[in-house]
Amino acid sequence: MIYFDKVTKTYFDGAAPAVLDITLGVDPGEFVSIVGHSGAGKTTLLKMLFAEVIPTEGAVFFGSREVSKLSNGELLKLRRNIGTIFQDYRLLSTKNVYENIAFALEVAGRNDEDIAGDVPHVLDLVGLSDKIWSFPHQLSGGEQQRVAIARAIVNQPDVLIADEPTGNLDPINTHDIVEILKKINDLGTTVLLTTHNKSVVDSIGRRVVTMDQGRIVRDDKEGKYSL
Amino acid sequence: MSYWTTTKRIGRYGLVGFVRNGFVSLSAILMMTIMSFVLVNIMISNAAMTATLKDLTNKVDVTVYFRTNATQDQIDQISKSLQALPEVASVAVMSREQALADFRERHKNDQLTIQALDELGVNPLGASLEIRAKQTSQYESIAKYLQVQQDSDTGAGAAIDKVNFYQNKTAIDRLTNIIDTSKKNGIAKTIFLAICAVLIVLNTIRLAIYTSRDEIGVMNLVGASGWYVRGPFMVAGVLYGVVSSVVVLVLLYPILLYYPVLIGLDPTTELLFGNFNSFAYYTANFLLFFVAVTGTSIALGALSSYLAVRRYLRI
Repeated sequence: MIYFDKVTKTYFDGAAPAVLDITLGVDPGEFVSIVGHSGAGKTTLLKMLFAEVIPTEGAVFFGSREVSKLSNGELLKLRRNIGTIFQDYRLLSTKNVYENIAFALEVAGRNDEDIAGDVPHVLDLVGLSDKIWSFPHQLSGGEQQRVAIARAIVNQPDVLIADEPTGNLDPINTHDIVEILKKINDLGTTVLLTTHNKSVVDSIGRRVVTMDQGRIVRDDKEGKYSL
Repeated sequence: MSYWTTTKRIGRYGLVGFVRNGFVSLSAILMMTIMSFVLVNIMISNAAMTATLKDLTNKVDVTVYFRTNATQDQIDQISKSLQALPEVASVAVMSREQALADFRERHKNDQLTIQALDELGVNPLGASLEIRAKQTSQYESIAKYLQVQQDSDTGAGAAIDKVNFYQNKTAIDRLTNIIDTSKKNGIAKTIFLAICAVLIVLNTIRLAIYTSRDEIGVMNLVGASGWYVRGPFMVAGVLYGVVSSVVVLVLLYPILLYYPVLIGLDPTTELLFGNFNSFAYYTANFLLFFVAVTGTSIALGALSSYLAVRRYLRI
């Protein structure tokens, strides 16, 4: 489903490559944890999947299509099919919870009736039904991350990318977020997770890809966190 | 998704963003209000300058005085030859009788002068021609033409007693310089102020949108098209323009009406510009001001937002 074919990324001439000659395949429905020190190239690798970063060499395939060769319109469609969550939540600060989630549905071309039905449903899934009209600044970090997850999954994407989603959260919220990610994966969505958190990786117990200095140094089918 | 639904959503988000980012909106409106005041100031100043210059220009002329024995044929001949010159805008003939009547009217309270005139028994005044040029700089060539006619001492030119241009030459030259300089300065001032105002508004809106740069990135990331991202910002830009225009157009009424009173003048007079009344000009040309202020503000608001968002859009 996702295939990184001998991918290298150098941000500017003379710099060490952020990602070096990586070949990696991800099957539909997999839960892949990508671990490594800061600067190992985890985020760069994920950003290449939705063309936020374009590889210097090699190619990234989503299905049968090479991501960097998609037209703008095709790329927008691809992005609507990939949910993304980040360490810093990246919610729209002037929109309330309902509007943040509705925005993802609106850009996918859904009508107002569908949106009015789907938003409460997905908020129920992440346990935030009572915060539907709150603004991001009125929510805790854990709650904001749950809104971000709700926004990422509301279009029922094929892939969910979670880049350090628990980096700013306490252990209880971290546990809740991981449980939600596992539930989403159980429903059939492919999940790509980057994290520094050993307990998170160990508790998931699925495939673990370890990166170091831009290269993949381990790829275990049912691995643990080890650097 | 239909265009109508998209348009409706863009409009709603634009309005909601305008209200929720109240402080940012207020700053942008204030800057656009200042820009609009600058624009109005330029418009009124230019109109006042034009009216004043026209007024002054109308007061300048070259007068040809004929000898008392000049015949009507000679006067007509000079008058026709002047009208044939491309520089001449108009020629007004003042007959001897009319000159005398005007003189009597002017001095009706000066019994001594009237008595002296009566004692003369004849009309001592000659006929005259009042010549207006199309431009003040052309008076000299008209005067030279008349001088040549006078110097020829034959035909109609012999009837010319005096051409008053050379007595007025310094004043006319100075006025010509003032008009030329005023026009050049007016254009330079207009361009300079307009550029300053536009740059200030562009930068204010750019700063307002700079605060939303991360959100623009997120919108791109969830798959929003360029127009769906920039649309609400452009709507907000248009709203800045509409609100600031209303503020300016409404405030101009009391400002133009009461400003002369505040500085101790009669409200129907103007401080610098003779008979030009800026309040009367504003009310008489309200449609022009409405279109200029509203059109400029809305266009500038939308364009500034478009350019500012484009900087942060990746698709």
